[in-house]
Amino acid sequence: MLHKLEYILRRLLTSLFVLFGVSIITFFLARVVPNDAAVLYIGPKARAEDLARVRIQLGLDKPLPVQYAFYMRDLLHGDLGISIGTKRPVLQEILDRAPATLELLFTGMFLAVLIGIPLGVLSARWQGKPLDVGVRTVSIIGVSIPAFFLGMVLQIVFFRNLHLLPLAGRVTSDLRFTHPIETITHFYVLDTLLTKNWVALKDVLLLLLLPALTLAAYPIGLIARMTRAAMLEVMEQDYIRTARAYGIRDVIITYVYALKNAISPTLTVIGLTIAFALTGTFFVEVIYTWGGLGEFTVRALLNIDYPAIMGITLLGASAYVVINLVVDILQAWIDPRVSLK
Amino acid sequence: MAAIPVLTVESEVQSTRTFRHVLSVIVRDPLSLASTIVILLFILISAFAPLVAPSPEEGAGKTNVSNRMLAPSLEHPFGTDRLGRDMLSRVIIGARSALIVPIGVVLLAILIGAPLGAIAGFKGGWVDETIMRITDLFLAFPSLLLAMAITATLGRGLRNAAIALVVSWWPWYTRLVRGVTISLRERYFIEAAQATGVRDSVIILRHILPNTISPVLVQATVDLGTVILAMGSLGFLGLGTQPPAPDWGLMVAEGRDFILNQWWISVFPGLAIFVVVLAFNLLGDTLRDIFDPRQYR
Repeated sequence: MLHKLEYILRRLLTSLFVLFGVSIITFFLARVVPNDAAVLYIGPKARAEDLARVRIQLGLDKPLPVQYAFYMRDLLHGDLGISIGTKRPVLQEILDRAPATLELLFTGMFLAVLIGIPLGVLSARWQGKPLDVGVRTVSIIGVSIPAFFLGMVLQIVFFRNLHLLPLAGRVTSDLRFTHPIETITHFYVLDTLLTKNWVALKDVLLLLLLPALTLAAYPIGLIARMTRAAMLEVMEQDYIRTARAYGIRDVIITYVYALKNAISPTLTVIGLTIAFALTGTFFVEVIYTWGGLGEFTVRALLNIDYPAIMGITLLGASAYVVINLVVDILQAWIDPRVSLK
Repeated sequence: MAAIPVLTVESEVQSTRTFRHVLSVIVRDPLSLASTIVILLFILISAFAPLVAPSPEEGAGKTNVSNRMLAPSLEHPFGTDRLGRDMLSRVIIGARSALIVPIGVVLLAILIGAPLGAIAGFKGGWVDETIMRITDLFLAFPSLLLAMAITATLGRGLRNAAIALVVSWWPWYTRLVRGVTISLRERYFIEAAQATGVRDSVIILRHILPNTISPVLVQATVDLGTVILAMGSLGFLGLGTQPPAPDWGLMVAEGRDFILNQWWISVFPGLAIFVVVLAFNLLGDTLRDIFDPRQYR
């Protein structure tokens, strides 16, 4: 128990160090690399006196360490600057749009785990058989296909050819009048469930399906692969052979004994893919006009909305660090060997 | 110095043996062989793009408005786009920025990352600490996100997108090569070289780096798929190649408003990315099975 706590504490400290490092890199990108950060910060159309004011506010005339102190001061106050595109605080924009993106991200990752792990287990159990070949084909396609391309192909197939699913958007606009969604959590699936708004729930779920699947393709591929590899490794170990010798049923050996020990490396991959998927939402959102953080980011990138770009970068990297931390702690909790390393 | 050549010969023999081994595995595995052929074919086509493309001028951006949005036919196998340009030519000319530039990106990332990793692993101590902590900072970002932010800072365009990708990818090679170096440092031929007073720089250049080539190549093959995807993504966002020049990712984006009727504008360049990335991933899997660079991590 003690070394577990010690391990968690050590991981917390290194994560803090990495976050500090992240802030240094974003600081360099935001303030040092550009010729005149002030111009980027309030946009090319700014008046001279505004530019002068921003230069003082950012401390651009001061030595780098002081500039960094200014930068950190703003960050710690939650001040990411004002979006050039929307003229609102970047942090506010991010918070407003986060639920849409998180709903997509969570659904996508949920699907990926729900599909990826069983595929990996089945593939390992039937190693070399047609099922295994099929799973491996699906997973290598999943990690090779660009999300923006897969999204379009799914739209063509399910909307244009099969007329099965809606094209894009997060909620059908007519519903705003007939069955308006009462926002509580801003996660539409939850909100419609909580308010028993079944018509809207069906609409929201149908609209969510394709974007979530598009987002899930890459994680499904990675998770299935990793689960398969981990299962094959575990299945060769002595305790499995012992269980076999005792005549315990194959099903129990696979799904209980082996899966339990194969889940730890899979967890690492899941953590890693959440970060990939976060960047993936940018493309999925553009294809399905989702209206979340991703669409905001892409617009910011195209219009060189500098404060917005830097805010998102910092946030994305921080999320990545935190996710990795959580995964490591979870792993130490599930698998006692981890904290002893 | 007299003892050293013998030892290098030994390691060279080993590496030619593995090279032949790799070739024989690839030739015997139909999927890897097909992937290799696809990759070589794409590289050849883009090397001779102006000769191969049916209409090199349209491929490079010259419009031909009377031929707007023609469906695929014998004359235009991939159809034509919004400005009447032959899509097959666009895809062929676009291979330069979508495929050849990423190959250059990975090579540059290796040239920067590998020596740093070898120095870190060989020297140890504060040199190692400094290099690896800097590496960690870059690895704390999702690579594509960092590349986007850098491109936005430097300004849009193919050259800046390529620079951004190099900056995001070199740390992976530093980490890999450092791991390999640490395992090599224990080996007799390195200890022998040190004992006979060979300079550190010579040891790193002549004895360590050559021995990291196979794990680095495996990693590079796997990474190429990812870097091509990343370049396609930057192109799709409009951060990479600028119109009217062609680029696979950019072309997918250009056809986005027409996918329900003129699907071919997006689908063929998208397929090109998919096929090339798939080929690199399949080949990478085979190479990884042979070498398994993970053993050094």
